[in-house]
Amino acid sequence: MTFYSPVITNAADAAKDDRLHLFKYVEDPDQYKIATYEAHGGYKAWKKVMGGMTPQQVTDEVKKSGLRGRGGAGFPTGMKWGFVPKDSPKPRYLCCNADESEPGTCKDRVLMERDPHGVIEGMAIASYAIGCHLMFIYIRGEFGHCIERMEQAMDEAYAKGHLGKNIYGSGYDLEMIVHTGGGAYICGEETALLNSVEGERGMSRIRPPFPAVEGLYACPTIVNNVESLASVPHIINHGGDWYASLGTEKSKGTKIFSLSGHVRKPGNYEVEMGFNLKKMIYDPAYGNGILGDKKLKGVIPGGASTPFLTPDQIDVGLDYESLQTIGSMLGSGAIIVFHEDTCIVWTILKLIHFFRHESCGKCTPCREGTGWLEQIIKRIEEGGGQPGDVEKIDDICGNILGRTICPLGDAAVMPIQSAIKHWREEWQYHIEHKECLVKTKFEFK
Amino acid sequence: MILSEASVSKIKEKAARYPRKKSAILPALTVAYRQLGYVDEEVYRAISQVIGVPYVEIAEAATFYTMFPKKPRGRYLIQVCHNISCALLGADSLIGYLEEKLGIQKGETTEDDLFTLISVECLGSCSTAPMMQVNDDFYENLTREKVDGILQELKGKA
Repeated sequence: MTFYSPVITNAADAAKDDRLHLFKYVEDPDQYKIATYEAHGGYKAWKKVMGGMTPQQVTDEVKKSGLRGRGGAGFPTGMKWGFVPKDSPKPRYLCCNADESEPGTCKDRVLMERDPHGVIEGMAIASYAIGCHLMFIYIRGEFGHCIERMEQAMDEAYAKGHLGKNIYGSGYDLEMIVHTGGGAYICGEETALLNSVEGERGMSRIRPPFPAVEGLYACPTIVNNVESLASVPHIINHGGDWYASLGTEKSKGTKIFSLSGHVRKPGNYEVEMGFNLKKMIYDPAYGNGILGDKKLKGVIPGGASTPFLTPDQIDVGLDYESLQTIGSMLGSGAIIVFHEDTCIVWTILKLIHFFRHESCGKCTPCREGTGWLEQIIKRIEEGGGQPGDVEKIDDICGNILGRTICPLGDAAVMPIQSAIKHWREEWQYHIEHKECLVKTKFEFK
Repeated sequence: MILSEASVSKIKEKAARYPRKKSAILPALTVAYRQLGYVDEEVYRAISQVIGVPYVEIAEAATFYTMFPKKPRGRYLIQVCHNISCALLGADSLIGYLEEKLGIQKGETTEDDLFTLISVECLGSCSTAPMMQVNDDFYENLTREKVDGILQELKGKA
């Protein structure tokens, strides 16, 4: 089995920069082994927590850190933990969301493959904070390598007494299950994920009740992203104040950005929140500029579900607020770059095909709407565009947005709406001339 | 029983860890798929017996997910990501190249049952595009030369 993702990281920067903690050891080929992880200070935070911190103290430290969900929604992690009812007689559960499948996003995979114990330690600390004794990690089924790595790390953690009964003699018990998916992007949506763990079809649930109150098996449940949980041990070790000193005023800490598309040096880069997008794309230490010295045409800053940015918008901080201010989102931190030879209709067809395929089918606007959109956009791409198509697309988008149970509907239409806003003339050209304004033909080497 | 003893004990072992037996459906389907290379009605029935969950609930879940096909595929399942990050770096031409090399169209299996070629949604290798997954293994940063080598190696192993 090929374990190692060959993805480029900035681990070398992280090794000499204490602000960058997630990637410090990801280029160490032995980091996945428990002995190496422990030698690098691993499980110290978990021991500290077990050694005398109360669940409230742990939650308070994470609240103080300002950590926000790294899966896409950006909800404050500590606050989420605080929503678990203190007086509930039911068991509580933690689910680590490792269903990484938003196009452009390939960061959680690296953490699981190369630093799996960091994920387990974060999960354990979060479990303790919410009073959970059985934690799950939901890994997408295609990630055979991550599944093996996580299972192996889990076995090691049990053997060393970091998991199991009466951990470190504290009286606290914690079990772990590695649960694998069956190939469905929607299971990264937290309520669909819970249905999937329960053995159901991965369809989202109406909220409220929110999972923190009624989640897995109708018990209080917290679902957190891999990267969010991997950040937790560092917050416990160095303190919430330290973490909050990183990043911007409202977007704290560091974030891993997956850079892909037409850049010379695609890769996974851990940087402080607020890092400049233009620098990420052009600096030799990161993206190193556009492939073939072409002109930049646009950027998707946060994964396939976030609105496009145009070249004049990229001098912006990579943080929740800055991107929101200019009409986009940080999302999962997946930056997809495309150059001048990319037809916007072709690009949108790729995106809408994905969302149509991944719609779970529960809500009519999303199930039918994504299908209609794909049909119309495919027709335009193939030279059958008709007058009024753009308006029709806009209309369908407007009827999906905000009208579905989960955010997949919104995710499907937001990039389309922004692509029409930014490049309406190109859509019109495509419809009138029955062909692309720019000829998209990308050959692999 | 279509499931091997090893599969049955693996499924039971996994099922025992969950608070509710229905949760063992996906793990059981995964184990069954790994043994057989497909999961059809006969397999749903077998899983139903092993974990004590009604047949219909197994079928309901199994048919939602893409990883539990009802029919067997070639010995090597080649899945090429065709989503945006890979497409920007030539995934469509990669699919075309594989079609040409294997002498089949996307969705088909070679006559010797060695290779099945399909294109799939994002596999989380966006910064190492273009890519393909062959059974469990990921092959990334693909070039024509690499693809030639991989196919040759797989044929050699067969």
